Amino acid sequence: MFIRKLSTAMLAVGALMLAGCEGGVLDPKGQVGMDEKHLIIVATLLMLIVVIPVIFMTLYFAWKYRDGRDHEIYAPKWAHSKTIEIVVWLIPVVIVIVLGVITWNSTHKLDPYKPLDHHAKPITVQVVSLDWKWLFIYPEQGIASVNELAFPANVPVNFKITSDTAMNSFFIPQLGSQIYSMAGMATKLHLIANEPGTFKGISANYSGAGFAGMKFNAIATPTAEDFDAWVAMIKQQETTLDVAQYKLLAKKSENNPVQYFGSVQKGMFNYVVMQYMDPNSNMKSMGSMEDMDHDQHMQHMKDIDATQHSEHSIPTHSTTEPSSTVSGEAE
Amino acid sequence: MSIAIQADLHVAHSDEHEHHDTSGNTLFGFWIYLMTDCILFASVFATYAVLFMNTDGGVSGKDIFELDFVLIETAALLVSSITYGVAMICAKHQKKAATLGWLLITFALGCVFIGMEVYEFHHLIEHGNGPDRSAFLSAFFALVGMHGLHVTAGLIWMLIMMVEVLTTGLTNRSVTRLSCLSLFWHFLDIVWVCVFTVVYLLGAL
Amino acid sequence: MSFFGKLTLESIPYHEPIIMVTLAVVGVIGLVIAALITKHQKWGVLWHDWLTSVDHKRLGIMYILLALVMLIRGFSDAIMMRTQQALATNGAAGYLPPEHYDQIFTAHGVIMIIFMAMPFMIGLMNLILPLQIGARDVAFPFLNNLSFWLTTSGAVLINISLGLGEFAKTGWVAYPPLSELAYSPGVGVDYYIWALQISGIGTTLTGVNFIATVLKMRAPGMKLMQMPIFTWTCTWANILIVASFPILTAVLGLLTLDRYLDFHFFTNDGGGNAMMYINLFWAWGHPEVYILILPAFGIFSEVISTFTSKRLFGYSSMVWASGAISILGFIVWLHHFFTMGSSANVNAFFGVMTMVIAVPTGVKLFNWLFTIYRGRLRITVPVLWTLGFMVTFTIGGMTGVLLAVPGADYVLHNSLFLIAHFHNTILGGAVFGYMAGFAFWFPKAMGFHLNERLGKASFWCWQVGFYVAFMPLYVLGFLGMTRRINHTDNPAWNFWIYFAAVGAFIILAGIILQFVQLYVSFRDREQNLDTTGDPWNGHTLEWSTSSPPQFYNFAKLPHVTDIDAFTDMKEKGQAYQREQAYQPIHMPKNTASGIFMAACITAVGFAAIWHIWWLAIAGLASAFVLFLVRAYDNDVDYYVQPDEVTRIEHAHLDNVVRG
Repeated sequence: MFIRKLSTAMLAVGALMLAGCEGGVLDPKGQVGMDEKHLIIVATLLMLIVVIPVIFMTLYFAWKYRDGRDHEIYAPKWAHSKTIEIVVWLIPVVIVIVLGVITWNSTHKLDPYKPLDHHAKPITVQVVSLDWKWLFIYPEQGIASVNELAFPANVPVNFKITSDTAMNSFFIPQLGSQIYSMAGMATKLHLIANEPGTFKGISANYSGAGFAGMKFNAIATPTAEDFDAWVAMIKQQETTLDVAQYKLLAKKSENNPVQYFGSVQKGMFNYVVMQYMDPNSNMKSMGSMEDMDHDQHMQHMKDIDATQHSEHSIPTHSTTEPSSTVSGEAE
Repeated sequence: MSIAIQADLHVAHSDEHEHHDTSGNTLFGFWIYLMTDCILFASVFATYAVLFMNTDGGVSGKDIFELDFVLIETAALLVSSITYGVAMICAKHQKKAATLGWLLITFALGCVFIGMEVYEFHHLIEHGNGPDRSAFLSAFFALVGMHGLHVTAGLIWMLIMMVEVLTTGLTNRSVTRLSCLSLFWHFLDIVWVCVFTVVYLLGAL
Repeated sequence: MSFFGKLTLESIPYHEPIIMVTLAVVGVIGLVIAALITKHQKWGVLWHDWLTSVDHKRLGIMYILLALVMLIRGFSDAIMMRTQQALATNGAAGYLPPEHYDQIFTAHGVIMIIFMAMPFMIGLMNLILPLQIGARDVAFPFLNNLSFWLTTSGAVLINISLGLGEFAKTGWVAYPPLSELAYSPGVGVDYYIWALQISGIGTTLTGVNFIATVLKMRAPGMKLMQMPIFTWTCTWANILIVASFPILTAVLGLLTLDRYLDFHFFTNDGGGNAMMYINLFWAWGHPEVYILILPAFGIFSEVISTFTSKRLFGYSSMVWASGAISILGFIVWLHHFFTMGSSANVNAFFGVMTMVIAVPTGVKLFNWLFTIYRGRLRITVPVLWTLGFMVTFTIGGMTGVLLAVPGADYVLHNSLFLIAHFHNTILGGAVFGYMAGFAFWFPKAMGFHLNERLGKASFWCWQVGFYVAFMPLYVLGFLGMTRRINHTDNPAWNFWIYFAAVGAFIILAGIILQFVQLYVSFRDREQNLDTTGDPWNGHTLEWSTSSPPQFYNFAKLPHVTDIDAFTDMKEKGQAYQREQAYQPIHMPKNTASGIFMAACITAVGFAAIWHIWWLAIAGLASAFVLFLVRAYDNDVDYYVQPDEVTRIEHAHLDNVVRG
């Protein structure tokens, strides 16, 4: 079986080599991804300035000064040269300075938390990683979907990401950056698709048995109207994503099919986050949630929403203490 | 943790086969071990610093710390460091009875400290404020408890040393071991000063 | 709770044919070895001269044996992963279900880092470092023995997990909340915790021991800046061990409290913060990779300067570059999780700091190059490994710096590009270095040469296999393939996955050749004896002893005035001098305390994993009693009498004259 597969593969080498780059991070379809591809190429070329000479010198010196070539100079006690020392310290220093400047600037430019500079009004998608599937909530549209994400091309998408299980990483390779999803907090990511298409989305951080099946299609629709049509299609679904439905959905499942929810209980995302968040720990048990009077519950949700927003405005600290390098808006 | 504590004892005693002038090596090795212990504490301190606000709707430091009580506890440990110092001076002068006496006083003070800590823990757990209640309490119990375990190990070691001195006298070996224990004991004192400041004083404010 | 805690007969995975066959094979091999030992009546030798030995050289050899055994285990995992991925393309399930596959990649990582690379490194350090500084042993020989057995204890536990229960299904980093009770209720993570904890404490003690050794036990006259470069890089590694392993001890301890006593350090609920674990883990984990690589750098330096018959270029540059790497290694841990959402300033700072490490590393590469320059390079097996390293590691370093750019890491993080990168550095850096050191010091340790042809064949298999196995992973990373997935359904990936699998088998050939080499060399040892003790015309003091060195290392402590102490002695005609009279030599006696105490600690770990509390208490109590017995044992040393020293030394010097 293995050998047969291998030979098939060998035959297909040529075709595959040509198609090799398709669909990966070197075939970006969004501005973020394109910038990152560019960065990868620039950084690599810069480093090749040292890497190629080092590899060449290794092989050349090993050949030139190999034993038996007695006509070459032999200097057994020669072990120090100020000039060479200065040069060998200087070359890497210069490269690293250049690369360091590029790194500093690009890190700020490509900060996943930074909203994209674009004329179109962004849409917001709230992302929840579950065992083992992705839940996408569209607060503005009042719908939700599982393992399928859609948004119009050429419109920035603001993702708010959390987890109701182990840590995952939300990643659409062809669009660019990934960000961890973690319980009890909301991380952020800003992406855009510069052309329509269907891109593969994955979890890039291992989260247990069903992890390999945590895949979704990210559909960038050609126009805003196409996206509206997708929304309308979902709105026809009867199912509402309320706490009870969510509880069912959150149960472990592998290779979950695409699912749609025509309406979503308000504050659903915050509910997911707040389950694990101080100081409203009484919200933890689902039972108490259901016992709550609905209006009172919603009021509560709004309160959380408000606190959340005020906390969002606090920039992450920039010291090197482990305590503050954690992204924690939640803490 | 107990394994780690045993480990230090090995460092202290492992090279007694080198009779000649290796007490310097032993002390130096033990000192390096203490540095590793220091980093162990630093890691747990860092964890406490990150988690002390995470009370999960439960009690905070302000609600549970009784400074008067902890002050007595602290005093017991600080004084025990002084009494141990006196014991070491006596040991260096080969005064066996005095050494034993001061060790006994140190031991008693250490027991007071541990007894008070156990009482505090018991009290907290009884009132539903055990380490399973919140991340803050987890970090509190782990940090203070780890120090407490170290002190307990030190007390057991002290007991063994008292027996050793009683039976074999103040030999070269026992003085070296007493010196190691001395480093260990003073080190725990310093750690406690940090615990007292960071956990209790800042927590009670 | 029953008498055996959670342990029942159902804990044995009968339904897993792969595991059962493996266990049967291991059992048969064990019986064959036992039979051979019995046949040759070697049990006494094994016990009295090896298992209870406090001799650093024998402990070194045992460490390396442990590493080789665990290499087989870890590599079997690697082959299984590569074949599983090759068979599970296009949505096929492959032959390993997730619950098995996930244990395999976790075990592979833990074993290769903690139980293969670390023992290999510590083994070489044990073997050589005391000899290089002209010492008769380490500062605390008994502690050294105990460290070895604690490391072994961890290895034993991880191997028990194969046949009893399960291993962790969390990845080798065991990030919570996945590793918490809520998501990993089985014993797998507990095996992980106790295996790492026990061996980690052993490693910490090794670090303490060797720092004391280097600072207190150097030969008369040897200044710090005259220590051989391998000793120096090991010293930096030991400083890193002492400064970072306690963090691992702490973080594993906290995870233990979470799992056993319902604490809330890293849980989702109760206000826990899993990010704290990730930070602490890498505050140990990143220095750990430098602990692995720095001694390898030292080995390359020794190999290059020996086989070019030349002094090492830029000795003090090398020492300080290693120091810079050690210190910088502590302030870069965050680059393991740029994607956690830290601010741009934080990410950029850690990214730039990471790149700064490339400077001293680059300097080292240039210094090796200029050591070869105007030398007389003998292309031996250790040299091949070194040249292979210089090419391979340069590539690995480049991809590492690329990953240190946060903007690039956002798309490459956790992808197979990352896997390719760290294998590129750990395999192409650390392991190639240990292989070079193995071939370099083998005659010193064993007294006979390794077969050169098989060594070269093995090297080429490794080298070619490495590129075939790992270059495709770079491509797959670019194609968006992430790590730790048990099946794929992307046709664009298939070719590269098959390609990588072929590479794994080429490396397998390299490993097999390595063992064949060992067998052939042992078989033909009589024709390949190293009688002089100095087979390579070495620079440093280990070559001034016989091969294998006498148990007391040096009959008379050498007086050192130069970095290349032995070359200096040879040039001044002071080498191989016959003394008229020797002093008595003070030596430690072998002891069974270490192995017995570690056995008790193994029992404690096992008991804790399965919640067999009576056994845990009994084990701890026994270990404590054994320790007290050892502490008050007065019969721990003896003196080698001058006439015996004279006899041994003269026999060796006669051999040298004949050689």
